[in-house]
Amino acid sequence: MSILGTRVIRTEDPRLLTSGGVYVDDLREPELTGAVRATFVRSPVAHALITGIDPAEALTQPGVVAVLTAADMTDMPDQVPPEPLPEGSPPPEGPMPMGGVWSEPLLAVDRVRFVGEPVALVLTDSTYQGEDAAELVSVEYEQLAAVPSIEAALTDETLLFPEAGTNVCTRGLGDISDDSIFDGCEVIVEGDVVNQRVAALPMEGRSTAAAWVNGKLTVWCSTQNAQISRLILTAIGLPPDAIRVVAPDVGGGFGAKIGIDRESIVVAWAAKHTGRPVRWVESRGENLVAMTQGRAQQHHIKIGGSRDGHIQAYRLDVVQDTGAYPRMSGFLPMLTNLMAPGVYDIPDVQAAYKVVVTDGTPIAAYRGAGRPEAAATIERAVDWYAAEAGVDPAVVRKLNFIRPEQFPFVTKTGAPYDTGDYEAALDKVLEAAGYADLRAEQQRRRDAGETRQLGIGLASYVEITAADGGAGETAKVEVHDDGTATVYTGSSAHGQGHHTAFAMIVTAELGIPMDKIEVVHGDTDLIPDGIGTYASRSLQLGGSAVQKAAIEVKDEAAKKAAELFEAAEADVVLDAETGSWHIAGDPDKSLTWSQVASAADEGLIVANVRFTADRPTFPFGSQLSLVEVDVETGKVTLLRHVTADDAGPVLNPILLDGQRHGGIAQGAAQALCEEILYDMDGNPLTSTLADYAAITAAELPSFELLRSETPTPVNPMGVKGIGEAGTIGATPAVHNAVIDAVSHLGVRHIDMPMTPERVWNAIQLGGARKVSAE
Amino acid sequence: MKVELTVNGKDITADVEDRMLLVHFLRDVADLTATNIGCETTSCGACTVLLDGESVKSCTVLAAQADGHSVTTLEGLASDSGEMHPVQQAFHTEHGLQCGYCTPGMVMAIVSLLKENPSPTEADVRSGLEGNICRCTGYHNIVRAALVAAASSNSGAGK
Repeated sequence: MSILGTRVIRTEDPRLLTSGGVYVDDLREPELTGAVRATFVRSPVAHALITGIDPAEALTQPGVVAVLTAADMTDMPDQVPPEPLPEGSPPPEGPMPMGGVWSEPLLAVDRVRFVGEPVALVLTDSTYQGEDAAELVSVEYEQLAAVPSIEAALTDETLLFPEAGTNVCTRGLGDISDDSIFDGCEVIVEGDVVNQRVAALPMEGRSTAAAWVNGKLTVWCSTQNAQISRLILTAIGLPPDAIRVVAPDVGGGFGAKIGIDRESIVVAWAAKHTGRPVRWVESRGENLVAMTQGRAQQHHIKIGGSRDGHIQAYRLDVVQDTGAYPRMSGFLPMLTNLMAPGVYDIPDVQAAYKVVVTDGTPIAAYRGAGRPEAAATIERAVDWYAAEAGVDPAVVRKLNFIRPEQFPFVTKTGAPYDTGDYEAALDKVLEAAGYADLRAEQQRRRDAGETRQLGIGLASYVEITAADGGAGETAKVEVHDDGTATVYTGSSAHGQGHHTAFAMIVTAELGIPMDKIEVVHGDTDLIPDGIGTYASRSLQLGGSAVQKAAIEVKDEAAKKAAELFEAAEADVVLDAETGSWHIAGDPDKSLTWSQVASAADEGLIVANVRFTADRPTFPFGSQLSLVEVDVETGKVTLLRHVTADDAGPVLNPILLDGQRHGGIAQGAAQALCEEILYDMDGNPLTSTLADYAAITAAELPSFELLRSETPTPVNPMGVKGIGEAGTIGATPAVHNAVIDAVSHLGVRHIDMPMTPERVWNAIQLGGARKVSAE
Repeated sequence: MKVELTVNGKDITADVEDRMLLVHFLRDVADLTATNIGCETTSCGACTVLLDGESVKSCTVLAAQADGHSVTTLEGLASDSGEMHPVQQAFHTEHGLQCGYCTPGMVMAIVSLLKENPSPTEADVRSGLEGNICRCTGYHNIVRAALVAAASSNSGAGK
């Protein structure tokens, strides 16, 4: 029996459980001996001109090695100067990062645009000295009016980039002006949905160490992709082969560690500039103001259909707050537009977006990156519509699902869905949860006027994974003359279990036992070419590459075995159960991997491949959330969360479920408690974990997981991504559940996070806000 | 100032700054890096260690406060023969960790929790872990690991 699909506990764990991981702050590499500590001086104001920086007092402090500012970066290549747009021209269109007039400096030059923006770098012998000295770097600010919100940005009264002439940095091409798509709709609902700004919050914040030795810069960075980080680091004026990037153990990423941030580039430059090894490990206070955050969209939607539950038209208008610098420009809302209609076959769909800069922390990818926002809103819209039409929300979903026989299916927004069975997934959760019984109990509590009301929330989702424009992933598999194997992957692990998963794939193909397989990732000297981990791509691209390399190794080994057997290659077979080579029909003669590899050049059989997929995959599922709402206090208790997820065939169920658990928790967290907040002057109000309400074990139940396995034709294993699915489904399921619990009190919508205060207020107002129905 | 701590059974004497936090003493003086720092507000629990057998967050204890006391970190949990503690073992079998960063603190918090309450319910475990944040696992398998460790310790004690 193949090991694939079986429950294999992780090979990564024993080390992490006994001596702990080796994260950047734990590195004891000889090149880092005597490394100085980097401490950033950060802007305390949201929007200001810098009129002077004086490091004199800081330089007198014990242990201070240097205070560096943008003015010291004379050994950097010139930055591309901003090019003003012609007067009156519209903002540029398109989803890619723009630079130019919207460029983000490495250290602030003459203006700061968010609290936490790095202004100077202090190098000291110890951490405590750095904190002391950074406070003594004198920076003079001439404060400007802040742009703390989307509303403020859209007025263009204060501009973050005056040369741009607007705060709108890009917009989509979608046309949402034609209202005739709603002609004939018997039920129309229109309203606003906020998808609030949240923190990615990996438990290890950002961290980087760098050493400049003999003309080579080695950078250890907590990143999701060492190879892409290396390309970005060439910005400091070194060719790629003069840079080695190593990703040691990485304490979570969730999208916010894709690539490498400006602070890390500055640290790498500082090591080269000063000739001293430098280490930077951010505090949580820095992390919550300066690591990129997620979501931060406002949606205006309109949905219409027939009285009997058939949706005819849907419109989504997105405004993306991209924070102070458009790191990902229009990419996130472009994905939100692409996935706007979700799992539904809606005859008419319109979607548009615009992106504005504000004096907030820059926004980038966070677990789902544009797709959760689409799912959150279409699933709210369907519930609005169902409530207005008076049809059960489960029934409305079933009436409008894209049906299995319609795949491959291209949506009205252009998403090429590969495979799916949306109704089967919903039926699974309805049955497992006991939907009819839950509705009966809900009715009983309503009739009895109980304090604790029950809410049942549904969300059916589809998402796009591994949408990478054909970049694919690399793998190299080597079998050595001692019978062991080494896997080099361009994919990058930070908790997902790559080492276990990829070793399982090689075991399944070659029959070499797991404990004789080493998996290596995240070192550009060993793996110069790779894409890394994001967009739920690791198994479907990285794993497929490993499988492809293993198969090539097997083919090469068959030739060697045939020579050793003095037999025809076609007659040589590998017993993948035992990892031994035979001649077909003659089980007495056998060769081990060690014997076969020993016969190869240099005692090594190796295959070096890149796997590419010609299109992305679309995992899907349904989630049901059951909550209790105390109508006297507004307190929400999440009682049950049942999901049926389908990401194709399962490699290792414990890894699959681990991804789902974490995703559900993060999704529920957005619905219930997490939000990054600013005051009207752009000061962050949630810059510590005492203020930012990260979800804990006490607020969550154990999850009830069901699954199905609908393969995709896009890759040989038929697998799709599961890393983000939990997050995407959970937010609207929990959101809908809370509103369902109080809908009989006239509440139609509550914006996230649904804190007790917000829920209580909504109950008092009877839902008379934001939603209008015709 | 001079402090003397017993860390994982080993006596360590050092001259440290008055303001040195216990977590920095463990990491930088004792060179035991399993204990991680996840915040500076006693909120996340990544730095949880045992001080005289009770869990504390070592980012809000001064090394000076631990002077003369005994500290156990993740590195000191396995038996002398290298056999994992039941809580470590349960984290492995139940997939109670992903990136591993919160894990040392979680393990130490659960060791302490099970010492106080050897047969906790799921609700006991969840409320007991309220001060430890994990961003990867959704807590599901951490809670299971705690319950499995409790069950295995109890059955072991009954032998």
